[in-house]
Amino acid sequence: MGDFTMPSLGADMEAGTVTEWLVKPGDEVHRGDIVATIETEKSTMEIEIFEDGVVEDLVVPVGEQVAVGAVLAHVRAPSAAPLTAPRTGAPASPGAPPVVTGEAGKVEGVHGKPVVLSPVVRHLASEIGVDLERLHGTGAGGRITRSDVERAAHTVTRAPEGRPGEAPRPDAGRARASPYARRLAAEHGVPIHSLAGSGPGGSVIARDVRAAAGVRAEALRGAAAPVPAGSATKGRTAMRRAIGALMARSKREIPHYYLATTIDVAAAADWLERANLERPVNARLVLPALLVKATALAVHKVPEMNGFFLDGDFAPSAPVHVGVAISVRGGGVIAPALHDADQLEIGELMTRLSDLVARARNGRLRASEMSDPTITVTNLGDLGVETVFGVIYPPQVALVGFGRVSDRAVARDGLLGIRPCISATVSADHRVSDGHRGGRFLAEIDRLLQEPESL
Amino acid sequence: MNADQARQLLSSVLHQVAPDADLDDVGPDETLQEALDLDSIDFLNLVVGLSESIGVDIPERDYPELSSVEGAIAYLSSRTGGG
Repeated sequence: MGDFTMPSLGADMEAGTVTEWLVKPGDEVHRGDIVATIETEKSTMEIEIFEDGVVEDLVVPVGEQVAVGAVLAHVRAPSAAPLTAPRTGAPASPGAPPVVTGEAGKVEGVHGKPVVLSPVVRHLASEIGVDLERLHGTGAGGRITRSDVERAAHTVTRAPEGRPGEAPRPDAGRARASPYARRLAAEHGVPIHSLAGSGPGGSVIARDVRAAAGVRAEALRGAAAPVPAGSATKGRTAMRRAIGALMARSKREIPHYYLATTIDVAAAADWLERANLERPVNARLVLPALLVKATALAVHKVPEMNGFFLDGDFAPSAPVHVGVAISVRGGGVIAPALHDADQLEIGELMTRLSDLVARARNGRLRASEMSDPTITVTNLGDLGVETVFGVIYPPQVALVGFGRVSDRAVARDGLLGIRPCISATVSADHRVSDGHRGGRFLAEIDRLLQEPESL
Repeated sequence: MNADQARQLLSSVLHQVAPDADLDDVGPDETLQEALDLDSIDFLNLVVGLSESIGVDIPERDYPELSSVEGAIAYLSSRTGGG
């Protein structure tokens, strides 16, 4: 190996600033480890290393801006040249009491056995206060992995705080939150006290922070009432950045697959027209309400579409909170949740939907709505778009897109006819489901829309 | 309600529905929905707001009359007996 260089994080990136080093000379690094954070004009990103090796020296100090391609650090292949610094994972002397400091190079043993772990994992453990001594590594050769530490972080939350003989935790008296959630909150600049916790006893867990981080910055523009041109531009830029970072993460981490189908909405449109004749103006329904309801109900048949992908696992959600993508004019999009959309009677769903849209426009969304959609629906039909191929909102696992209603020539029962049709698509996470299930999901949405009276 | 009042009402209800939308951005040949990027729910909220303000039900079949600024002003004037 050799030089670890400033990567290009986008075609328009010319330079980046190292904001944090997560490794130091002597550290063993493995392919995929996050070794530094880099700030660019658009956002801060964690940078992974792509080969195994040992860090020889760090060339660029924190705070220094260098051009793309500049050498950031020298990394030696694991087998090359003798080590000048104590190597991580060196066997501890037999029988020595485990020494656990969480600092690099000093973790020596679990029950007398050598611990092998990457600098990144050590860094993570020390930051969130996980006792490496207590961990059982599940990686190759008993190696403690990132997920071991993250799992432990969740366990720590549930354990009573302040074990005997322990110094009071620095966070005692603050908002109830898991250490991991705190770390994430700090990373994303999310005020943890403002979050509604969905963990045990209302504690804030990582999921809450992630969700809030995803929408927080995006909400900035939406939350702002009319503002002077200068700050509006700034807000737009910030939102653009936030969306960019989130979507980049989605595209980087989520192996999307995309399916599309055409749904005949004649039955739905007829039913809506008849239903609206009897409804006063403020109780009238629009097609998007039926689309949201059908999506929410279809989740019952294909639960792999509803929930979160966290820490390497899919956590299905029993409640169906449908995020509704709402464009913010002037740029940006927010997708607040319509809670328990599967349980709402259609009139009630419509009321809440139109309330949600109105409040999104006025910047009066609630924190809970911003934080917990379990699946998202985007409807670009009003703009005349035929088909939407959406990008999943992490950590969700599916996004359903609807295009515009248009009359199409459709063969039906052996006859050619003109029917109003809509294109329905799903973008789903291949780590959680396959095209077969995604297809089943779209078919279920179609089936439900053929029986609008049952929605 | 005369044309000026109708325009004022349209503008104020529109502001509630979509604070960043401005009637002046709508050209004479454009529809409100297209010019201001209103989706169907925004448009419905606009109709509801107008209906509540003038205390008159606006049936769905009349929606096309509200699609342009001029059309909406004429409609509001006629439904309130002004003009």
